[in-house]
Amino acid sequence: VIPFPREQIGNFHRLAPEIILCAFGIVIMVADPFVQAAHKRALGWLGLIGALGGLVGVHFMAHDPGNAYSNLIRADSFSIFVHLVVMGAAALAILGSFNYLDHENIQRGEYYALVLFATAGMGILAGANELVTAFIGLEMSSISTYVLAGFRRKAIKSNEASLKYFVLGSFATAFFLYGIAMVYGATGTTRIDLIADALQKMMADQGQVASLAILGLALMFVGLGFKVVVAPFQVYAPDVYEGAPTPVTALLASGPKAATFAVMLRIFYVSFGAAGNFWFWAVWISAVLTMIVGNFAALVQTNVKRMLAYSSIAHAGYILVAFAAGTDIGIAAVLFYLAAYALMKIGAFLVIAHLGQQGEKRLEITDYAGLGSRQPVLAICFSLFLLSLLGLPATGGFLGKLFAFQAALDSKVVWLVVIAAINSVIGAYYYLRVMVAMYFWEPSKEYLPSKVAPTLAFALAIAAVGTLYLGILPARVLELAKVAADSIYLR
Amino acid sequence: MPSHLLTVIAFLPLLGVPALLLLRGDDHTWIRRIALAVSLAEFAISLFLLRGFDSVNPGYQFEEYYDWIARAGIHYHLGVDGISLFLVLLTTFLTPLAILCSWQAIHENVKGFFIALLVIETAMIGVFVSLDLLLFFFFWELTLIPMYFLIGIWGHGRRIYAAVKFILYTMFGSILMLVAILWLYNLAGAFDLPDIQAKLQTGMVLLPARTELLLFGAFFLAFAIKVPLFPLHTWLPDAHTEAPTAGSVILAGVMLKLGTYGMLRFCLPLFPDAAHRMAPLIGVLAIIGIVYGAMVATVQTDLKRLVAYTSVSHLGFVVLGIFAFSTISIQGAIFQMLSHGISTGALFLGVGMLYDRRHTFEIKEYGGLVNPMPVLMSFFLFIALSSLALPPLNGFIGEFLILIGTFQNHHAWAAWAASGAVLSAIYLLWAYQRVGFGEVTVEKNRNLPDASGRERLILATMAVAIIFMGVASPLFTRRMQSSTDSLLQQMDRVQSASHRTATPELAGKQVGRGPTQHKNASAKKISLRRVQP
Repeated sequence: VIPFPREQIGNFHRLAPEIILCAFGIVIMVADPFVQAAHKRALGWLGLIGALGGLVGVHFMAHDPGNAYSNLIRADSFSIFVHLVVMGAAALAILGSFNYLDHENIQRGEYYALVLFATAGMGILAGANELVTAFIGLEMSSISTYVLAGFRRKAIKSNEASLKYFVLGSFATAFFLYGIAMVYGATGTTRIDLIADALQKMMADQGQVASLAILGLALMFVGLGFKVVVAPFQVYAPDVYEGAPTPVTALLASGPKAATFAVMLRIFYVSFGAAGNFWFWAVWISAVLTMIVGNFAALVQTNVKRMLAYSSIAHAGYILVAFAAGTDIGIAAVLFYLAAYALMKIGAFLVIAHLGQQGEKRLEITDYAGLGSRQPVLAICFSLFLLSLLGLPATGGFLGKLFAFQAALDSKVVWLVVIAAINSVIGAYYYLRVMVAMYFWEPSKEYLPSKVAPTLAFALAIAAVGTLYLGILPARVLELAKVAADSIYLR
Repeated sequence: MPSHLLTVIAFLPLLGVPALLLLRGDDHTWIRRIALAVSLAEFAISLFLLRGFDSVNPGYQFEEYYDWIARAGIHYHLGVDGISLFLVLLTTFLTPLAILCSWQAIHENVKGFFIALLVIETAMIGVFVSLDLLLFFFFWELTLIPMYFLIGIWGHGRRIYAAVKFILYTMFGSILMLVAILWLYNLAGAFDLPDIQAKLQTGMVLLPARTELLLFGAFFLAFAIKVPLFPLHTWLPDAHTEAPTAGSVILAGVMLKLGTYGMLRFCLPLFPDAAHRMAPLIGVLAIIGIVYGAMVATVQTDLKRLVAYTSVSHLGFVVLGIFAFSTISIQGAIFQMLSHGISTGALFLGVGMLYDRRHTFEIKEYGGLVNPMPVLMSFFLFIALSSLALPPLNGFIGEFLILIGTFQNHHAWAAWAASGAVLSAIYLLWAYQRVGFGEVTVEKNRNLPDASGRERLILATMAVAIIFMGVASPLFTRRMQSSTDSLLQQMDRVQSASHRTATPELAGKQVGRGPTQHKNASAKKISLRRVQP
């Protein structure tokens, strides 16, 4: 007789968000064939409800935190924080997709289902307490996003994005898997907390950590660094971000980045943090490269979407600055940055999605000429996101950078902060250039502004208000981030 | 009852923004009227500061202190002292005039223009009254965006180039200041200025010499770019020349003072050793700025560019006064900030009025303007005289105090700087001669209309301010006195606190410093105030 797995059933609520997301995803998939083409949008609303249902699931999770499924999953404040970011990002991306899919003529149910599956994968990543579980989460989110990137099937660029992302992404996840294997070989476990114990014991017994474990960490850094888009693993990102449908780009740039940074924090800080800071220089160098590559490449772009793709590389660099701190303050700074970054980046990409018009034709900077007088509200919104990306005070982006710099300085990582600061001024140039076009150039005659759909307007309003909220009254979110940072080490 | 006067003054202009937003975009009359009403109300309310200001108290007054982002140690802390009091008033005084002078000059996107002016007023006042370093930085950066739009949208010819140059220059300086602020937080454990000052004075926090120098450098660079100090001044002529008149008035009148104010408020009291160590270099740069600015101004063919370069020269005096470290020179520097704000603001207003008539800044396009426009040109002459420091007008008091104060500590500096005063007479009078006197050379100028009622009001207000500041200067200096004294004392205390554990190298330096700066040390009681959260 197989014993009744009481422990497994009793743990459902700690995986509630993922269960809800997947359930809605499956429902959408099943319902899709029965819904007429004209009513496909209803599936989108179902998807939105699913994403919001995920947030309800987070509530269950928050109610009774702890480990689940033989310690494979951890429902702690840290996981909850990242869940909120990821699901908020998914909800905003879905809201911004309705009209985009309509005018691209690709309104289909599986789009929303894939978004939900990807989000569930990100949720698993955020809560993973075990490396193979993390791998499953990574694959789940990656494979869904490979498909989403190619969702404009008839556009060559979209196909290119999908294929490139798939081939290189598979390669990167293989690196990650290899790294897991090596860490397992060195420590005899794949549990994140037990690896820490094993490494500490190793340090105590032998005075050093087995080089196999460090090699494993390095390989995992390659795999995860690919997903969060840090140099030198960033090469694919501009093409993929540019080719993917813009709402998908919005999701790609925010959700997977947040979830992957979360699992990176767990692996680097919890598993490998206690045994000594041997990843510091890898992160330091990668941060410098990422910022420089992202910013300098963005300087010369004329395509705004591509420019924002490079800008999100640069922002991964700023996050690495906070990451390099190696302290609780660093974790809190990373988390706060991820929240602020998700809001402003999704906002910016959704504006681009709208302005691109059918077939994503209008993405050049010259297409933005005179937007300030043609569509003032949209222009103000976009300016807010750009200024936040630039890091101007009173926006979430500024405080994100501020806390990141503060965390790094607290750990005496001074020069990295100086380099980051100078980089953020270089970044100012290309963000301001878009504003120059919007406000200082004469509007082009043949441009016919299209009306902003209510759903998109709602999404933009949330992103804008959120950006300002994080910039002016960040106390609550910062508090949550600090609590989350503390929870990561708890046993 | 705690006073909320400063909050009201800082944010009242922002209240005008939603009011303007509610108006229709083409209802220009009411947009102008409401903007003017808000700025006048702002000025009236700011006068209450004078009434409640205790000129004997060297500390911060009208303080407000609240938690803002408590977890990160950031507070909402406002206050004024004798250094910032008049700068706030200068801001509230110049803004209505800037609005008035744009009454007819601005036709496009009128609503946006006045919103930008009001936002910039809030930001500038915020800079002057913030006592929390991060709050200060918030407002400091906030000044940039409206000015960027003012230049970029409503400016002249090469406006985009000028706007981008302006903002990138300033941001480069300020981002390093941000790093320095954060570093200082790590060392002192606070963003609160009085708190940090108290910790430095009592020796609870000691900055190693190299750290102090780096921090000083980061702060000073941001301020020096803003001032602008030679050789960081190259953004200024472009920004000024391309900005609309109101933008130039605000830029020259107030925004340049953000830099010199920052030096007084942060560089000197927080990093006195580094300030003393770098003073020789800074003094020399300031003198080069004075002479070079004057010489370049002399050869300009563009009237507005000429006025812009006079700012480089005049602000050189201010920096010199600050880094001469005597009570008198620092008072002179503060006075010169105010007087430069009035005089140069008025010069830009006058130039703007000429531009409104002829749409050119070229000097050779003018000539003999006294004939068609006697009233306007008389005011213009008067303003030019005030700018070149004719006694008993305002410009004289500032320069004279700076030169006397500087002479006490550095004879050579004062001698060199005095040459700037002579040069200013050359470039201003020569320019005036070419524009105003002689025959009317360009036919179009023959029938130019003289100053309108609105323009007379603006110019007369300026003229009254010029005379008032010139003859009633004690009213100003009396209120600055105790704060400047306490500033210098603070520098000494911080230095002696660090010298208690000093390295021999620094102890040696202390002997070498002049005795004059200590002479007021016993004059006033010192407030060792500390703010409790």
